[in-house]
Amino acid sequence: MSNSNLTRRGLLKTGAVAGAGVALPTIFTASSAAAYTNEPTGGSVTLGFNVPQTGPYADEGADELRAYQLAVEHLNGEGDGGMLNTFSSKALKGNGILGKKVEFVTGDTQTKSDAARASAKSMIEKDGAVMITGGSSSGVAIAVQGLCQEAGVIFMAGLTHSNDTTGKDKKANGFRHFFNAYMSGAALAPVLAARYGTDRNAYHLTADYTWGWTQEASIKAATESLGWNTVNTVKTPLAATDFSSYITPVLQTDADVLVLNHYGGNMVNSLTNAVQFGLREKQVNGRDFEIVVPLFSRLMARGAGENIKGILGSTNWHWSLTDEGTQAFVKSFGTKYGFPPSQAAHTVYCQTLLYADACERAGTFNPCGVGEALEGFEFDGLGNGKTVYRADDHQCFKDVLVVKGKDNPTSEFDLLEVVEVTPAAQVTYDPEHPMFAGGNLGTCNAG
Amino acid sequence: MLGLDKRDTKFLLIVIFLTLATPILLQPFPESSTLAQFNAGYPDLMQRFAIFGIFAIGFNILFGLTGYLSFGHAAFLGIGSYSVVWMYKLLDYNVIWGLPLAVILSGLFALVIGYVSLRRSGIYFSILTLAFAQMSFNLAYSVLTPITNGETGLQVYTDDPQILMGATEPTSPHLFGIVMNQSAKINLGDWVFTFNNGYYFCAIIAIIAFYISLRIFRSPFGLMLRAIKSNQQRLNYTGLNARPYTLAAFVISGMYAGLAGGLMASMDPLAGAERMQWTASGEVVLMTILGGVGTMMGPVLGAGVIKYMENIFSKINEQVLHSWFGWLPDSLEGFVIFIAEHFVGSGWHMTSGVLFMLVVIFLPGGLVEGGQRIKAMFNNRGGDDADDPEHHPKHAPHVAE
Amino acid sequence: MDGILLQILNGLDKGSAYAMIALGLTLIFGTLGVVNFAHGALFMIGAFCAVSLQRLLGLSFETLDPTKKDFLGNPLKVKTPYIESWFGPEMGASIIDWSVPLAILFSIPIMLFVGWAMERGLIKHFYKRPHADQILVTFGLAIVMQEIIKHYYGANPIPTSAPSAFKGSLDFGVMLGFDPNVIIYPYWRLVYFAFSAAVITAVFSFLNFTTFGMVVRAGMADRETVGLLGINIDRRFTIMFGIAAAVAGLAGVMYAPINSPNYHMGMDFLVLSFVVVVVGGMGSLRGAVAAGFLLGVLESFASMNWIKDVIPGIDQIIIYLVAILILLTRPRGLMGRKGVMED
Repeated sequence: MSNSNLTRRGLLKTGAVAGAGVALPTIFTASSAAAYTNEPTGGSVTLGFNVPQTGPYADEGADELRAYQLAVEHLNGEGDGGMLNTFSSKALKGNGILGKKVEFVTGDTQTKSDAARASAKSMIEKDGAVMITGGSSSGVAIAVQGLCQEAGVIFMAGLTHSNDTTGKDKKANGFRHFFNAYMSGAALAPVLAARYGTDRNAYHLTADYTWGWTQEASIKAATESLGWNTVNTVKTPLAATDFSSYITPVLQTDADVLVLNHYGGNMVNSLTNAVQFGLREKQVNGRDFEIVVPLFSRLMARGAGENIKGILGSTNWHWSLTDEGTQAFVKSFGTKYGFPPSQAAHTVYCQTLLYADACERAGTFNPCGVGEALEGFEFDGLGNGKTVYRADDHQCFKDVLVVKGKDNPTSEFDLLEVVEVTPAAQVTYDPEHPMFAGGNLGTCNAG
Repeated sequence: MLGLDKRDTKFLLIVIFLTLATPILLQPFPESSTLAQFNAGYPDLMQRFAIFGIFAIGFNILFGLTGYLSFGHAAFLGIGSYSVVWMYKLLDYNVIWGLPLAVILSGLFALVIGYVSLRRSGIYFSILTLAFAQMSFNLAYSVLTPITNGETGLQVYTDDPQILMGATEPTSPHLFGIVMNQSAKINLGDWVFTFNNGYYFCAIIAIIAFYISLRIFRSPFGLMLRAIKSNQQRLNYTGLNARPYTLAAFVISGMYAGLAGGLMASMDPLAGAERMQWTASGEVVLMTILGGVGTMMGPVLGAGVIKYMENIFSKINEQVLHSWFGWLPDSLEGFVIFIAEHFVGSGWHMTSGVLFMLVVIFLPGGLVEGGQRIKAMFNNRGGDDADDPEHHPKHAPHVAE
Repeated sequence: MDGILLQILNGLDKGSAYAMIALGLTLIFGTLGVVNFAHGALFMIGAFCAVSLQRLLGLSFETLDPTKKDFLGNPLKVKTPYIESWFGPEMGASIIDWSVPLAILFSIPIMLFVGWAMERGLIKHFYKRPHADQILVTFGLAIVMQEIIKHYYGANPIPTSAPSAFKGSLDFGVMLGFDPNVIIYPYWRLVYFAFSAAVITAVFSFLNFTTFGMVVRAGMADRETVGLLGINIDRRFTIMFGIAAAVAGLAGVMYAPINSPNYHMGMDFLVLSFVVVVVGGMGSLRGAVAAGFLLGVLESFASMNWIKDVIPGIDQIIIYLVAILILLTRPRGLMGRKGVMED
């Protein structure tokens, strides 16, 4: 015990009630009695699902929660087992994790880094969560990842696409299954070049915050290396709702491709506005004007309605894939909820399974042991083909999907069609790539 | 005592007691009961109660006394946080460098913004402060990213200079070696009480902040501020220039906000730009009005209630509801859960909206008036409880601090 | 030059939305002296009137199509709107296509009712209360309205398209002697501008050329005296609240095709519309409209690339910067009246 007034109070208190209870000093950071933060002692283990439940990404958060519940069911041996049956690692037996029943707590990130950290802290401090997962934006993911590193628990990132999450801001306790902006660029650029030619002039509209910038840089580099020219890159305010004043200047240039580095509501509005201004029908030098949305999310794309038809983008996963992992997951999710899962749901389901599996293989919930089991782990059967969790930066490397807005959707969920599955090798980069440099994993922290 | 009269001394002592006993008062339910969901005695939330208590106390000095409604106080909160994190980055993790800087910097910003904004009154003043704060937020989120780290929030990186960092120094915020996120846990039967360094650090500062605010309320300066609120024109006719007084109140409350922001970064070494958004400014306005404008305890109560809802209600999910209502017949359970879902989990905003309306409709003076009414009720009955001026039969969180 | 012309059009278009919301807001400020934080929510409800009508018209029955499979491999359920089976596919489809203009008719009674209910049920009791209480109660109400919409429509934006007759753009440039396809502007945005001009004109004529309007204006200037003349000013103020709600609602209905509505669009506009009202000057209807268009145009100019190159981030702050400058040079905004909301 340290020499603060708190401990003195604690001692007084203990003295007063001596015999009635036992003083157990547990300390958040170093030198504690338990082997690691929130070591599960009873018959159950608690996971913390931290997703946006209010704010613009609430629907995505709701879909993540559905997938988490499904994952917990499958881990506890309920339901049809989903991707447990197709997962290449067979360590999980459907009896919880390491024989402990999986329980969970939920929280609201509000898509604000402060609120997300508060929520994650309450899960760690109050509910004894041994792992935190979820989220729907890179700012939140990086903030919570930092917190988990300090607190000594594992963070399994949800939807985060910024290069920084496993680049500049990577942490030993954090792991990302989702793909990133660089991969989007690497997968998308060859398809763009093949379809639209190698001599295009691109005009970028970019959400003016960190994620937008990393995506702009990634797409710009990837397309320029194939011969494209970047006419202009324009930043748009996060709070913008009407993008007309950013779209009309495009008409004044000789650009023939518009790249929208926007996500969520921004993407829906900028795409809708671009189509309103007739960019789809526009001809430049005898060629069709094209719009590209590098990061597609089916849930979000729905907001843009008809406007997404024929527009190219990339996505982490789509329910229409035909491998057996995807089919097993879509079947158990669809049977339970009545509609197909989103890529956010898929990612967090995989993350939960991967975490549980790593615990089983490591034989412990200790973050250092779990981290070691995840580092360099190769697996298959989770929907994206053969995947590796790279040890150098805790980023998953797997196939990336290039998708196109479907021309004749058969249902409200059938919005995207897979144009090409880009093999993992093509999107793999060096850990010291300039777009990812400057970070340091540090060492794992077990609390 | 300390320049207070007998009644105020008693008041202050009660506040000190409640603040120091918070880790026990907020843990009323045993761990194994299903109501443990409502326990709020974990470090992060207790720290927030104290910090937002300070924020609201400071805001009340401006709004409660002078009637000037600022819609931009979150800017000072952000400035406070950024200064503390920058000190972590440049010097070391000792909060002793950052906190004074947070107060001074936010005071300077408040001086400039206040000097300009106080040239107008009423809604014109509110919009001027709002405009300054929104400009700060928008810039901090985008073009000022080199200083604020934008969307991600300012944090410490391993390659930061940290020139005072000693070899054995803790790598998280501390005060001369007292590490903020260390706690002592005491198990008492089925109850667990957490005594956290950071909370007590905030609590002591909150008590001092409360004491200073009490002195301001009772001082001639406070009286002058009230005069401005009741009739500024008449004050002008008596030959007094009100603006220096309002400016002083603005700067003081800005410094309180800066202190609160600095403490947020002292508990958790990350400063997010959202702290400066208008919703954050609006939140402290709501806290103050909800608790009771111009009262000493009101803003603190308001802060406690709003933070409690944000952190506790948002965590109640369907599974928890099932565990509560599982004993009901199936059809009835389904109905109750259907209704309850509107108000908890992703619907926690709804609860706060309804609460705002109920309080303002039925308790025009805010939560404090509720307390007074209950007190009056007990007085009429002549029960012993009447002597306890802070007695609330509701949740303990209401009396946090 | 053509770039500037386009930005003026963009600005007028944004200004149309600002002006209509601010007009309603200032009617409530000016006539009733109530700070209405729920005004953004009224705009949002208007937009959701359009969404709801589109959903209502699109109500469908399901038939199984065994030749196609859904995502689980079961026979695909094909949805056919009832309206198409009643009126025939073509007629039915065109009714659904025109759902947004039809929603104007649908929304007016709804918004009048919402406004009336709000005023009679809640706001009435807050006339004499401090502004702080008004803020708390209307903010609470706004949250409740938002959460109800979120619960039933979700948080994602919902696509609501304009009639296909209005798709495409008008080539302005040709009329002004420019080359074709240089200055083009989408039809629906032009419709939005014209619509807002019509609504604003209607409100002004109503206030200026009808007895009812004159009494209301007299009441705004001196409520007590008008009351002493034996006129039931309260009832008229209730009606004005309804009209203000309807103006905000109409602004929302027509805005739905421009940007897909979501449940928090009201909050996005709330702060902005307060800034517009105050810049225009408290108690001045003309001021609110003028400020709406002014800020819209300035915002558009600030997003032009060469301006952004000179002052990075100017488009992020232009509205607030202009607001500060105007309020410091003109103490009561553009056309504010003395003594309104100044204490």
